[in-house]
Formats: sequence, structure tokens, C-alpha cells
Amino acid sequence: MNFPILSSLILLPIVGALFLFFTKDKEGNNLTAKYVALFTTVVNFLISIYLWISFDQSTSSFQFVEDRIWIEGFINYKVGVDGISILFIILTTFITPLCIISVNNSVKNRLRDFLIAILIMESFMIGVFCALDLVVFYLFFEAGLIPMFLIIGIWGGARRVYSAFKFFLYTLLGSVLMLVAIISIYWITGTTDVVQLYDIGIDVKYQNLLWLAFFSSFAVKTPMWPVHTWLPDAHVEAPTAGSVLLAAILLKMAGYGFIRFSLGLFPVASEVFTPLIYTLSVIAIIFTSLIALMQEDMKKLIAYSSVAHMGFVTLGIFTLQQQGIEGSIIQMISHGLVSAALFLTVGVVYDRMHSRLISTYGGLVSVIPKYSILFMLFALASLGLPGTSGFIGEFLILMGAFKDNFLVAVIASIGVILGAAYMLWLYKRVVFGKLLNEDLKKILDLNRSEYFILSCLAAPILFFGFYPDPLINTIEVSVTDLINMHNTNIASK
Amino acid sequence: MENLNLILPEIFISLSIMFLLILGVFKKNSSKITFNLSLFAILITTIITINETFSVARETLFNESVVIDSMSSLMKIITLIGGFIVLVISSTYLKTFKIYNIEYPVLILSSILGMMVMISSNDLIVFYMGLELQSLALYVLATYNRDQLKSSEAGLKYFVLSALSSGLLLYGCSLVYGFSGSTNFDIISNQLNSEEYVLTFGIVFILVGLAFKISAVPFHMWAPDVYEGSPTTVTLFFTIVPKVAALTVFIRFLYVPFLNLIDQWQMIIVFLSIASMVFGAVAAIGQTNIKRLIAYSSIGHIGYTLAGLATASNEGIQSSIIYISIYVIMNLALFSCLLMLRRKDQYYENINDLSGLSKNHPLLSLCLLLILFSLAGIPPLAGFFAKFYVFKAVLEQSMYFLAIVGLLSTVVAAFYYLRIIKIMYFDKEKDKYDTDHSLWLKFSLTVSTILILLYFIFPSQLVEVVSRINII
Repeated sequence: MNFPILSSLILLPIVGALFLFFTKDKEGNNLTAKYVALFTTVVNFLISIYLWISFDQSTSSFQFVEDRIWIEGFINYKVGVDGISILFIILTTFITPLCIISVNNSVKNRLRDFLIAILIMESFMIGVFCALDLVVFYLFFEAGLIPMFLIIGIWGGARRVYSAFKFFLYTLLGSVLMLVAIISIYWITGTTDVVQLYDIGIDVKYQNLLWLAFFSSFAVKTPMWPVHTWLPDAHVEAPTAGSVLLAAILLKMAGYGFIRFSLGLFPVASEVFTPLIYTLSVIAIIFTSLIALMQEDMKKLIAYSSVAHMGFVTLGIFTLQQQGIEGSIIQMISHGLVSAALFLTVGVVYDRMHSRLISTYGGLVSVIPKYSILFMLFALASLGLPGTSGFIGEFLILMGAFKDNFLVAVIASIGVILGAAYMLWLYKRVVFGKLLNEDLKKILDLNRSEYFILSCLAAPILFFGFYPDPLINTIEVSVTDLINMHNTNIASK
Repeated sequence: MENLNLILPEIFISLSIMFLLILGVFKKNSSKITFNLSLFAILITTIITINETFSVARETLFNESVVIDSMSSLMKIITLIGGFIVLVISSTYLKTFKIYNIEYPVLILSSILGMMVMISSNDLIVFYMGLELQSLALYVLATYNRDQLKSSEAGLKYFVLSALSSGLLLYGCSLVYGFSGSTNFDIISNQLNSEEYVLTFGIVFILVGLAFKISAVPFHMWAPDVYEGSPTTVTLFFTIVPKVAALTVFIRFLYVPFLNLIDQWQMIIVFLSIASMVFGAVAAIGQTNIKRLIAYSSIGHIGYTLAGLATASNEGIQSSIIYISIYVIMNLALFSCLLMLRRKDQYYENINDLSGLSKNHPLLSLCLLLILFSLAGIPPLAGFFAKFYVFKAVLEQSMYFLAIVGLLSTVVAAFYYLRIIKIMYFDKEKDKYDTDHSLWLKFSLTVSTILILLYFIFPSQLVEVVSRINII
């Protein structure tokens, strides 16, 4: 029996949270709590790196599988990773410690409770990415709502209550239909085990409805246009660490779900609904980019840019081309790093000036140069400049799209230009120009921990921008096999 | 000779009631001892029930008018445990209102006796006897805080409406008797094959009467007022124990005498279920009093249990029983929290009194948070599994409409549970509440919250116990 490495990844943050729960909460800067949380998440990160190293890239079958009976004769607790999910797990374990370091400035009260929420959130997110049973997946997928609701509601900004409710109810509403679909799959096929379902296949006549039920959940979570409206609210009101988790990891659950479940389980329906996804994705790319242009709130602008980027992701997934899906996965990883970095950069100036409005700033380059350089790197990565990880993803997606549908690809390419427009304009207004606001003159440059966090994010963005092979090698076999399986399924039906 | 061992629990509890009454009359200031003795009596009854009847597959007594099977044993045990905990956490509350009298435990015991008779009944007359015994005890319990206007109003309201529903029930019973020529469930079951309209009326009347007892929409009107007016501990009793008994009788009626007429009652149950789920979710939104809110929320929960019954399958019945068991645990926990909202001998029961609770009482509010999320059915808490089993059974019968409406109303219901959480966690704090709660209250809160939180680790155990229940 191998060591249950995935379960320990899931459980370790909960153990850390339990430990924190029994420590005494101190007012103000609770260093003990922070070190405990940091230690837990860093250990978790190291475990996940070990997972990546010992991961066999030459096969697409699930590895590190654990299979235990959970509800007799009905549900098994089954977890495992393949090339697609392992990167998301590493992303999660990588982002969480950075979030914990960043709470220094943004969370003032009840630090211990905040850290507990973040740790529990981490374990649910890892659970989502390694669950190989639909019910287990649903459980983790939904359970994440509880800590996120509290993170937004307790530590959020002025309109936090509204945003927290909107976030919770929107996602719950999307998900309940997925539960109906999951139970229906159980009655149709007799199992909820994903691996077995891949082999058995689901009868074509049920696929369309089931696909739509899953879609309702993933579309809200992605979020796709027109159900994206919860995202800007949630992002704006959440504390920085919350926004980072939300943008970097929570949004990826849906993209991952599309690849793992929508494509894998319902190949025929995925073909049928490709035009729907294309339409919504293209609208999301163009429409939300235009909205982003008009924003005056920095966090809101980045939130809308997330919607646009996720539009690229859904577009890429449903091209059903090797490049498209690989591009989507890399785009998700890259967006996870870049959006986290952008929210943190906004958080840096917000902590100093307590304003998220673009008009407050201007001319920052002359006061805080280090900050401006890193901000530039992230802005360029976000718009997909070659040499950053954002480029690899977008380029592959568009390549896949051109193979599949010329018109859609052309329109989506316009989105790339719009993306450049709003990011550069944002950068210009915040960093360049005349220093008009007197308060800005006293602003301090990055302190050590901020510098550390942002460099940690900048390094992989650049590294994978120049040398994406580690990512592509990891996912390649899994994606190829997914597409082969998809094509044989289509051919046989 | 009948095997009286099987009804030993009922015999023991009736003897205890008589003894306690005599003790209470002849001994001065005997409230404390009556309380303790009645707790002891319930405990012993529970042990007897577990020992004597739990392993019995199915036995009938007294010309088949009483049935002992795995369902009746399980439901009796739930009833008894529920009654025990209600009684054990009541004392501080009753002392505060100076109504710590001998009548309280005796009335609770008698209503439990009534429910046990109901649960075991296999005959219309036995059933009605049990029903009336428990109802009469409950009327008095509702007015138990007799110096308060609201309590008296609650009792009167409950009495009038309940009497009406009993009348309907009796009328339905007489119609059914007229058609089948017997009051015994098994004989009725064999006789009822026709599709006469009058018979349908009989079924409808009986179902209406039962729906009233279980407070399903549209026969729920009494519930919010009675719940609000009654003393909180009695409200707790109302929320859990009679529902368990009424649900058992519901199952018994639908699946023994009326099994052949499934086409006629299935739509009624589906309607009751959908109406309760939707109404319970929507009507609770505007409430400001926690007890009223719980009334509406329990109406919603009854909707989910009925959804399981509507499936006409063993899985459905089992899922309903699992649902009601988890519902009992969640409500015990919720009321334990409510009973802790005490400051200088005054109890608080408005939602706004919870404002900022998390700052002053972090542990209490954490428990309440878990309980509310569980009531809303968010995984991985126990409430999710309860709903999950019900919808699994519902979808097995391809009743998609029922499942989708039910799940959508959980989203609406989530809103008002979230509202309480919002008030506890996001709003400004108020004064502290007293923390010198009785050990039993703390115990009941801790144990039930832990059960809710950790149910997901061992979900199979409850399923295993319940899976022995095969009615059809």
C-alpha cells in the first residue's frame, strides 16, 4: 500500500486549521497563527512538488489513486491525479502560502479565523482537483462556498454583505442542477466513479440534458457571460487574499470541470453545444473587455479581465483540438499566477492609500519604481506578451480555434487587442503621467514581504513564458488521450 | 397468550406516568424528583425498546391491531431520545418562568406514550387513540406558560384547529371502514381495490388530517403561531417529536392500507411536498422571530421528507426516515443554541438579538453557523446527506420535476439561513449573554453539532440501520 499522498494533501490544511482553532486568538498581528498557517501550506506545497516530480508523464491513466468504500455500495472515496489535474493542485498549493504572507496588511481583525478559513478553503480546492467520483467532486465543489462566503462577508469591503450573498446564492443555484445530473447518472449507469464512467460511456439520449445541468454549474463558476455578474462584486469586496484565491483557483474549478466532466463524460453533447460555448465565449471576450475599458475601479477592471480570459479558456476547451485544450490549461495556470499577482499589486497600493479608484493614482513610477516594474511585468503578462506565460496560453488557444472555426478565431483575436488596450491604459493611468495627488509623494515602495510575494509570482510567469515545456510535457499525454477517447466516442455513435 | 414483552415499553411508560402523578399529588415540592424520575423512566423505556423489539422483524399483537417491526422500533427510539433531550434541557428555562412543575414531565411522558401507540398502530382505532392521547397532552403543553397571553393563544389555536383536523381524520376513517368493513390495516389493504370516488374522499380526508399533524402546506397555518407562542422548550418538542410519530403513521397509512390506491394518493403527496418545500422557503424570508422562522423552516423540511414518501419505494421511505433523523439532530442543536440566548433571566428569540454574536461568543456562533449551513443543505454537513438520499430516491423514480423544484427551493431557503449567519458574523455586536448554562444544554449542543459536522465520515451507519426497514 502506497502512502496516501493525495489524502494527506487534502487533510494537512485541515489539521493546520484545527491546530489554529485550539490556539488562543490574539488581537492585532497574530504571528503564531500566521507561522502555523504558513508552515502548513509550505509543507503542503513541498508535498505537491514531490507529487509532480514522482508523477509519471508518459501515461494518461490516473496516478496515486486511493479508493475507499465510503457509503456502502454507492459512493467510493476515490481520488487520483492525471496530467490535467496535477498542475491545478500545484497552483493551489503555490498560491495559498503567498496569500497567507500577504494578509499582513489587508486583514486587521480576527486574523486567526481568517487563516482557518483560508486553510479549509485550500483543502477543499485540492479536493476538487483530485476527486475521481462525481459525488466527492460535488461535495468539495460546494463545500468551498462556506469559507469563501465568510471570507468575503467578514473581512470584505463596504458592500460585502451584498457581494457575499450574491456569490453564495449564484453559485448554489448553478450547482443544484449538477446534483440532479450526478444522481441521474448514478441511476442511468449504476456508478459515479469517473474512471468507470469513461469506460462505460453515457447513453447518447441523456447526454444533452446532463451536459446542460453540468454547464449551468460550471458556467456560473467560470464565470461565463451572462452569469458573470457575481464576480466583479465578489472581487471588489473581498479582501486581497480572498480575491487572489477566488481569481487564481476558484475560477479554475469550472474550467477543470469542463475538461474532466463535460468533455470526458458527454462527448456527443459537447459537440452539439460547441456553438453555444463559442458564442458565449466570444461575447465574453469582446463584451467584458469593453466593460473593462470603462472601469474606474482597479479591482473591478481586473475582475472583468478575468471574465474575458476565462472566455478564452472555454473557447479553447471546446475547440477539441490538442492545441486548444493544452492552451486552455496553460492559460488557466497562467491566469492563476497573473491575476493573483495583479490583485496583490492592487492590494499593495490599496493598503497604502485606501482607494481602488484609478483616478487616485498617476505618476507612481517616480515614487515607487520597484513596484512599477513588477506591475508592468504583470500587466504585460495579462495582455499576453511573448515571453510571458500569458502568451503561450492565448497563442495555443487561438491556434486551436483557427483550426476549428476561422470566424470565431478572428473575433477572439480582436479580444487580444482589446485586452492590451485596457491593461496598458490602466497601467498608463496608474503608473505614468504627472504626480498630481500630494498624498502619493509619501507612499512607500514595496516592503520585504510584498517584494517576496510578487517576485515569487513573477518568476514562474517569466520562466514558463520562455520555457513552457515542463507544463506541456505534463499535460500532453493526458490531453492527447482525452481527445482520442473523445473521437472514438463520437465515431462509435 | 400474547407476547406482552413486545409492548413492555408502553406498559412501563404508562405505569411510570401513573406513579409520577400519584407521587406529585402526595408529595410536596416534588417537581425536581418527578423530573429526574421521568428522565429515568424514559431512559429505561429506551433500553427496553432496544432490547426487546429492535431485533424483531415483524410481529403483530392483539388481533393484529398493534405491529412491532423495525420501523416502529427505530421511530420509538428516536421519539424517546428526542423526548429525553427535550426534558433534560428544559429545566433552566422552566425555572426562569417559574413553571417548573410536575405536570410538565408527566405531560411529555403521556404524549410520548401516545406517539408510541401511534407508531405501533396497525388499526384505525388504535391509531386514533394514540393520536388523541398525544394531541391532548400537546394542547396543554402549548399553553403551559399560562400567565402569558401568547402561550394561551397558541394552545387555544392549536386545540381548535387540531380538533378540526381530527374530525376530518375520523370522517375519513369511517369512510374507509365503510368500504372495507374492517379497521385493521392489513384487511383494509386487501379489500381496497376499487376506484370509487367516495373512497378517494376517505383517503383525502385521512391525508388532510395527517398533513395537518405534520404541518404540511396548505395545512400549516397553525404552526407559526403555535411555535411562537409556546414556551421554547415546548416548541422544541413540537418541532421534532410529534413529527417523527406523524411521519411513521403517514408511512404506515400510505404503504399498508392504501398501497393499492397509489395512483390516487401519489399526486396528493407530491403536491403537499412541493407546496411545503416552496412555501417553507419563501415564507421564512420575512420573519424576524427565530421561533417563527424555525416553524417555516420545519415546514420546508417536512416537504423534503414527504418527497421521499411520494416515491412509493423502499428507498424513498428509508430516505425519509434518514431525513427526519438528521432533522431531529439539527433541530435539537438549533434549539440548544436558542436556549443559550439568555441574559439576566430573560430569553431572547428575535433574529436581531443574534447580532454580532460571533465576537462575544465565538464557539456558540460557530456551532450555530454549522447548524444553519447544515439546515441549508450545504455539503459536507449532515443536512446535505439528508437531502442527498431523498433526491437519490426521488430521481430513481424519474420524478425530475419534484427533484428540481426541491433543490431550487433549497437555494431560496439558503437565503434566510444566510441572513442569520450574516447577522451573527457581519453585524455589530450587542451585550454579552450569560454563559452559565446547564451541563446538559452544553452537552446536547456539543454532541449534536459534532454529529452534524462529522456525519460525513461515517455516513454508512445510519443507512445500515434504516435499510432494515422494508415496508412494501
